[in-house]
Amino acid sequence: MKWHRITAMFLRHIYLYRHSLTRLVEIFYWPLLDLLVWGFVSIYISRLSAEGKNTPNFLGIFLGALILWDILFRSQQGISVSFLEEVWARNFLNLFVSPLTIGEYLLSMMLVSIFKVVVVFLTSALLAWVLYSFNLFILGISLLPFVLNLVILGWAIGIFTTALILRFGQQAEVLAWGVAFLFQPVSAVFYPVSVLPQFLQKLAMFIPASYVFEGMRAVIFGQGISLEHLARALFLNLIYLGLSLLFFFRMFKSVRAKGLLARMGE
Amino acid sequence: MTAAGFPLLQVNNLCKSYNSFQAVKCVSFELYPGEILGLLGPNGAGKTTIIHMLLGLTSPTSGEIRIFGLNPEKAREREKILSRMNFTSTYVAMPYSLTLRESLQVFARLYGVRKAKAKVDMLIEQFELKEVADRPVRTLSSGQMTKLNLAKAFVNDPDILLLDEPTASLDPDIADRTRKYLLEVKKNRKMAILYTSHNMQEMEEISDRLLFLHHGEIIARGTPQELIARFRGEDLEDVFLKVAREVRP
Repeated sequence: MKWHRITAMFLRHIYLYRHSLTRLVEIFYWPLLDLLVWGFVSIYISRLSAEGKNTPNFLGIFLGALILWDILFRSQQGISVSFLEEVWARNFLNLFVSPLTIGEYLLSMMLVSIFKVVVVFLTSALLAWVLYSFNLFILGISLLPFVLNLVILGWAIGIFTTALILRFGQQAEVLAWGVAFLFQPVSAVFYPVSVLPQFLQKLAMFIPASYVFEGMRAVIFGQGISLEHLARALFLNLIYLGLSLLFFFRMFKSVRAKGLLARMGE
Repeated sequence: MTAAGFPLLQVNNLCKSYNSFQAVKCVSFELYPGEILGLLGPNGAGKTTIIHMLLGLTSPTSGEIRIFGLNPEKAREREKILSRMNFTSTYVAMPYSLTLRESLQVFARLYGVRKAKAKVDMLIEQFELKEVADRPVRTLSSGQMTKLNLAKAFVNDPDILLLDEPTASLDPDIADRTRKYLLEVKKNRKMAILYTSHNMQEMEEISDRLLFLHHGEIIARGTPQELIARFRGEDLEDVFLKVAREVRP
């Protein structure tokens, strides 16, 4: 054992953090998100027991939420991780010097994400039924608008993230795993929006996923779904998808001008 | 020998600047059918930037590019241009988890090749890749990888081929075979090839004409023999050293 070799490797990683803001932020990012999500879950459970209400179907609430959240995450990854795959394989330039247009590329990535979502959704639903006797299909026909909304939000986040990776290069690739989770605390995945502080409740109104998870809990509690909420989620999703596409095309133009597109592919 | 006919590619006063740095200083040149045009110059001379602008990967600051008479800056025309062009570089690779055959099939579809399966089989045969055709790309040697990249570059039977240091990682035997193959297709199919390499012997052997780039501008152009005579060099390598060390004709 040589101390200078150990410190050399230590320095190598410290230098990395010194030059990479994304890696530095990541150190604090995950613990903070975990703290927020599990903190709000704890508040939700404490409130229920303090109010002396009947224990709700936690199995359904948590498993259903987890499976639906994974739809959003896989949908986003279908776009941004598929893009990164081309960068890692150094195949990126081969694609963008072919007649493939940006629109065709994005559409194909959306198809990939639908494929991923279907596979993950069916597998998770089957496992939840076999392992925990939880039937996700009790959500009935409402599953369809829930899934559709989460897929579209996943696309919007995925396209936005990919545009950032395109601009800032591989040092921004951690965003492909992290950005979706930024929405998790205010999406009220595992607890109702009412658990959040006032200012976060207002923010949640602009997060389409919050309407989906509120809707899911309403169905599990036998209250039915609010069509108005689903329509609002869809409306917001379409706006975000449009904005993310606009952002992507702008970034693409900008990286072409800066010569970064070619550099990213080599 | 300079090929005759109308140029397939025309570049007029093409410039590229990154803030105050001028990577390409308003260059003009043409590429004719059945011609191999070599881009020569030290690192940072602007060769790769020019190729990237021709491929639409980098947008020019000013100037004009016409390929098959079309403007690659216009999205619809770019699509038409790229379907008749191809590119390979030693710095790009193919999807490493796919097999060699699957990779070629993907690109055959991207280029809208008719009878894609037959075309892929033919390329595999032609580039002597049959033994490794069903192996994942990640298991290929650098020589096999280069052959695969070249096979990809021929998947759409391009009229213009852009090659950025295609033989850089090859042993002399495979590099020689690659050059011979390129000379053969140039002759038989009147393909126009734009070629960059730091191997001066290779450039001398393969190029019909050369453009000598330095600090983003073309400082000399002509056949390899003309350049050797103009710079009073012993060979192209000698000319390259003189230019890289700032000696002008």
